[in-house]
Amino acid sequence: MNTNKSEVWVTGIGLVSSLGEGLETHWAQLTSGKIPVPSVDTEDQAPYLVHPIVDFDITAQIPKRSDQRQMGAWQHLGAYAAGLALDDAGIAHNADLLAATNLIVAAGGGERDLEADEAIIELLGKSDNPGAQLNASLMTELRPTLFLAQLSNLMAGNISIVHGVTDSSRTFMGEEMAGVSAIETAVAQIQHGQGEIFLVGGAYIAERADMTMLMEFGHTLWQGDYGPVWSRADGNGGMIMGSAGAFLVLESREHAQARGARPYARINKIVSDRCNRQAGAARKVADGLLERVADQIPKGPLAVLSGCSGVQPQLSEEHDFLSDLSDRGFSPAIRGVTTIMGNTLEAQFPVNVVLASLAISKGAFFDPFDNSGVEQEYSGNPARVLISSWGHWRGEGLALIDTPDVPLRGEN
Amino acid sequence: MAQTAKDHMGRPIVVVTGIGIVTSLGEGKEDNWRNLISGASGVRKITRFPTDELRTKIAGIIDWQGEGQYCAPVHSLTLARKSAAEAIAQSAIGARGSFPGPLFVAVSPAETNWDQRMEIYNSAAPANCSGYDRLVKNVAAGDFALYYSLFQFGSIAEHLAEQFGTRGQPISLTTACASGATSVQLGVEAIRRGDADTALCVGTDGEICEEMVVRFNLLSALSTHNEDPQGASKPFSRARDGFVMAEGSATLVLESYDAAKARGAKILGVVRGTGERADTFHRTRSKPDGSAIIDTIKRSLADAGMPPEEIDYINAHGTSTPENDKMEYLALSEALGSHLDSTPISSNKSMIGHTLSAAGTIEAAISLLTLHAGVIPPTINCHEQDPNILMDVVPNVKREQAVNTVMSNSFGFGGQNVCLIFSGEPG
Repeated sequence: MNTNKSEVWVTGIGLVSSLGEGLETHWAQLTSGKIPVPSVDTEDQAPYLVHPIVDFDITAQIPKRSDQRQMGAWQHLGAYAAGLALDDAGIAHNADLLAATNLIVAAGGGERDLEADEAIIELLGKSDNPGAQLNASLMTELRPTLFLAQLSNLMAGNISIVHGVTDSSRTFMGEEMAGVSAIETAVAQIQHGQGEIFLVGGAYIAERADMTMLMEFGHTLWQGDYGPVWSRADGNGGMIMGSAGAFLVLESREHAQARGARPYARINKIVSDRCNRQAGAARKVADGLLERVADQIPKGPLAVLSGCSGVQPQLSEEHDFLSDLSDRGFSPAIRGVTTIMGNTLEAQFPVNVVLASLAISKGAFFDPFDNSGVEQEYSGNPARVLISSWGHWRGEGLALIDTPDVPLRGEN
Repeated sequence: MAQTAKDHMGRPIVVVTGIGIVTSLGEGKEDNWRNLISGASGVRKITRFPTDELRTKIAGIIDWQGEGQYCAPVHSLTLARKSAAEAIAQSAIGARGSFPGPLFVAVSPAETNWDQRMEIYNSAAPANCSGYDRLVKNVAAGDFALYYSLFQFGSIAEHLAEQFGTRGQPISLTTACASGATSVQLGVEAIRRGDADTALCVGTDGEICEEMVVRFNLLSALSTHNEDPQGASKPFSRARDGFVMAEGSATLVLESYDAAKARGAKILGVVRGTGERADTFHRTRSKPDGSAIIDTIKRSLADAGMPPEEIDYINAHGTSTPENDKMEYLALSEALGSHLDSTPISSNKSMIGHTLSAAGTIEAAISLLTLHAGVIPPTINCHEQDPNILMDVVPNVKREQAVNTVMSNSFGFGGQNVCLIFSGEPG
């Protein structure tokens, strides 16, 4: 067994969100010197707000119409972002390399046919025999392709079909923590020689009434006007959901160097755990995770990206956990990514790893995302970024992204 | 450095120390095994919901638990709890409510079902409001905290982690009909990395509802032999016309050989190798040349470090669809060569039905039981074998035969292919 752990590099990134497509678009908006302006849709899921996905040219990554027709918006976004990441890593269309590329997707489910659901609901309300009516309606209303567009593992399946990624293929579920586990597992496999190169990520579409219903089961959606995540601490707090697709190509240092690929950043560590979310329990878990990471972090200024969902009491617990980093000699500059992009659920942690890698490769950190006072200025070059990711319902994760000792992407 | 047991690639050897199983054939290893070797079928007429208008009215449904109102994630969770409890008890690992390793759960990507949808819709009648507007409004006004905890995609794994006290963040996974085998793969990989000494690998699927039947019917994937439920699942036979949906769960406790030996645990089998290769051909079909499946099988042999000749028996994916059984034969004959001629292969799905997300774990569990018993469960309903499938499918009647090494195949929609190889305890 390989006991010398390989370094894990980020060598390719694909990102599409409510802010736009591509790293430069995001970088420009998040480092303009002013508080960034999020894209907020007040009508699509009214009374709830969402950060809607921008338009993107599906054909650029999914050229065949026959492939496009087999997917819904969620799979389009995932397959598209995955293609961007492969392009960016310089391995798209490299059949040999793609056949050795492993895939881990953090997935929810695809879109239901909401019009069909609504038509069936109407019919059931009028029927004397709702059981038989339901079956008859389902037989006539559901389209065969829709099932495949809904199946969680078919985002991975479509990525294999469209882009030719064909080593192992796994799909993790479980909301925000699926994204954490996906990247955590890929990193562990690379570190131990269980794969040299991985395509990992996820996507989420917020403009979906079926998901609005699911997320509101816990009365966990924000009902008020738009406001930064840290400003939602009163009462139950609440989430504003956002759309995004984020994929990364992760590689062992040796594999990347052998093909001349430069990294954006290095994934130093990802740790995660869970609790039953009784008062104070998540904070306790996070403190335990920090113990496993802290010795890698020098005292002083520390760039922090948080995926805080906005749901209370976790909002306050995570806020306190991050603020209390100062008790350990760190000066945290916190950025609540959900303030500007919403909770992108399965994509949330991959988005944060993308943004951390971007900051490291650019040698600068993002401007504060709000003026709540929670987010402090950060000047200078962040050699590392700490990512805090808690699920809106369950699960806590922590990651440290840092700088490998080689020239980075974009450096001379 | 302490003596440690390593495999041919210098990795920790992974063994199985606990097995639990619940299927349409019964609850627990004993009931299942007795029914499997007697050639019983767990397939029956669906009574959970009306089947008027449905093309398929049969399934290997588990309805003998009498739990009142059916709720899919609750049923899947109940099945998983039973199989996990049985496996952990057999393994005698950890303390009650404290399993000393990670949890990998293969689950169906279940959504709210029509029962819940209509319950919510009818819970209030706000003015000028219909469809999803009304659903969302009623959810916001009502108390659906229970559904919040049940209908997350991570719900089942979370509730299992809470009950059994597994370590770390549990992983919920889906690779369609290969999911159960993927849960075993993930456990094997964690132990081989040295990240864990033990892992709890669960597959569960209790999600048969109207919409699932219709979805698979629309893909023409299901048998419609409604008049003879027990004869409907007929893998490798000339008359096969689709699979039969089923419910069930199985759990394996995996451990490193060293850890199992150190605590004096009884070793039930060794996970010798795993193989995987994603297909690019089609969302529901394999490449016509079978190359992805062939590669999957070859990779499992390479991972196990064994030639095809060491495989004594194959636990088939064997779904009973015309396409799958033909492709499985094609791939096996290519990957195993002439050794296939003398290797028995049978399909547990002929008796249990196809338990979808749980099938890979259930068939891994039965593969291990087969090693122990020296008896091969039959492929039932094989009265006229497909003349183009030239394999020894152990038709209709069990066979007494010593089995030292088993290969278990799992293939799923989305080009998912996984192959697992198990052996008895090393000497």
